[in-house]
Amino acid sequence: MADVMTRLEPDTRAVARGLSDMTIRNLFIIPTIAFLIIFNVFPLLYSLWQSFTDFRASTTAPANWIGLANYRDLLGDEFIWRNFTITAKYVLISVSGQVVVGFGLAMLLNRAIPMKGLITTLLLLPMMLSMAVVGLFWKLLYDPSFGIINYFLGLGKFEWLADPQVALFAVAIVDIWMWSPFVMLLSLAGLSAVPKHLYEAAEIDRASSLYTFFRITLPLVAPILMIAIIFRTMEAFKTFDHAYILSSQPTTELIAIRLYKMAFLEWQTGMSSAFAYIVLIMVVAITNIYVKYLNRAKAR
Amino acid sequence: MARVEFKNVTKRFGGTRALKDLTLTVEDGEFFVLLGRTGAGKTTALRSIAGLEKPEEGSVLIDGVDVGDWTAAERDVALVLQQYSLYPRLTVRGNLEFPLRPKGRRMSEDEIARRVERAANTLQITHLLDRKVERLSGGEMQRVSIGRAIVREPRVFLMDEPLSALDAKLRESLRVELKALHHELGATFLFVTHDQVEAMSMGDKIGVLRSGRLVQVGTPSDIYERPANTFVARSVGSPPMNLIEGTLSGSAANLNGISLPVAIGMAGGAGPLTFGVRPEAMVLEQGAPGEARVFDIEDQGVIKILSLDFGETRLHATVPAGTHVKRDEIVRFGWKPEKVLTFDRNTGRNLAFA
Repeated sequence: MADVMTRLEPDTRAVARGLSDMTIRNLFIIPTIAFLIIFNVFPLLYSLWQSFTDFRASTTAPANWIGLANYRDLLGDEFIWRNFTITAKYVLISVSGQVVVGFGLAMLLNRAIPMKGLITTLLLLPMMLSMAVVGLFWKLLYDPSFGIINYFLGLGKFEWLADPQVALFAVAIVDIWMWSPFVMLLSLAGLSAVPKHLYEAAEIDRASSLYTFFRITLPLVAPILMIAIIFRTMEAFKTFDHAYILSSQPTTELIAIRLYKMAFLEWQTGMSSAFAYIVLIMVVAITNIYVKYLNRAKAR
Repeated sequence: MARVEFKNVTKRFGGTRALKDLTLTVEDGEFFVLLGRTGAGKTTALRSIAGLEKPEEGSVLIDGVDVGDWTAAERDVALVLQQYSLYPRLTVRGNLEFPLRPKGRRMSEDEIARRVERAANTLQITHLLDRKVERLSGGEMQRVSIGRAIVREPRVFLMDEPLSALDAKLRESLRVELKALHHELGATFLFVTHDQVEAMSMGDKIGVLRSGRLVQVGTPSDIYERPANTFVARSVGSPPMNLIEGTLSGSAANLNGISLPVAIGMAGGAGPLTFGVRPEAMVLEQGAPGEARVFDIEDQGVIKILSLDFGETRLHATVPAGTHVKRDEIVRFGWKPEKVLTFDRNTGRNLAFA
């Protein structure tokens, strides 16, 4: 019987699908690969070449090969380092804020409460909005003269976005508001996977709730929380939209904004390509560190 | 060490009642087994003692004190579950120390070490102490979770089918170990199982539950020899008790056209009856009144278990392994009259229990 099945399989399979493997390859894989090459691989390699030239997209002058000069200039530029420092600070505030708020919300939601589904959906809404739109309406919320935030907090004419010390926090708060639901969603999945009988065993063993949290909940949710952190760090690193819309303070000039200005306002195409590569390498490096931790957390 | 009592305990889950008016006493130091099928309410009963479920009616008493308002932590009971429920990412030692560490217990490090050491010795897991729990086999995990109960030195040990997830051989050896442990600690054990062999071999006393009601409480031999009704008769013993419909006239049972003797003064009356007889009380001999066809023969080495077709009724008989019978052979059978029980055919009640 088994032999008959094997012998018949290739024919019946093709008939059942109505498509041969060859057709499937031509239909799905070739367009995908072509698309990837045209829109990803080619620009990647082309910008790598550009990063070694003094090319400016605004002129017709031909690009000259200048070797590592762009990289040398960028890494020696203290203003660029300031952009990196700002970004690092922003990533730290924003991601840690999202983890605290998101995980906290997940803990609150991880129990039987009425209208849990509705509440979860409502909490997820910010994540589904356009970042540019979020930037625009938070600009209104932050407005010193008619913004609702100052009204509710009774801060009078507090300048959220114009105060150089506060502006970066203001931008990070928007990011936290928008992306905490993402951390919440992943944490919720992690929390609901913790077996209930472990909590019951801990309850009978007279463990305090704090002890239970650090000994049972956190170790079991850690891997999935780590994944959320990886995603959010990578995203926060390249934040542009709402930060650009909200504030034009030098203290909120994230690397993505600096990069945008360099490439499309100053038209230093070659230099900005080099800059983009430096950022890419950093993101890859940071992600690798996280993944290492993730694997360690999983292995334990 | 404690005595546990249920007084008229009723517990509902939604529309279904998991426990119906359960009244039961487990004496101090007793190994009590709650036997019942899935959904009979045995786990609910256990969780009510642990404080993980709150009964709607009735009360649970530990050492005569109503613990209804006590939290699980205050009740000082230990619970061993089928799913082991070891704390992840910790070593065996970490798991054993877990119940001793939380604040409020304020136990000295020496005392903790001493207790862990002793529990590990008792369960022969000393060599595993520094291993992560994820690297243990099923049997080792269950030992650790029993160990975690022992270190507590709790008032009551509650065990919810702790052996069900283990393979047969391991189950047997842990069964013996648990009994030895009970003997050594002298603590009150409440053990829940659906496995009648487990119940019979471990319990000082067995409580049979059926759909939330307590059907019978007694020693294993009580339950085996004097089942309160046909349900208990069918649930306990392997193969189960033979139940044959018939009527009683004088000192003879009329079954499907044949007549077998019964003990003098047998409870019964004229109504329709069900006669119960254990397979080992069946006798196969030439000239016996019953006639049946051999349907199956199970050779267990020391004995053979025969399945016999007697009219519409399937009977079991255990005979010495030396007995020679063949499939489809017609054999003649009788029974030991003094071992025969009578049940009311309508209610299933054992008529010897007036």
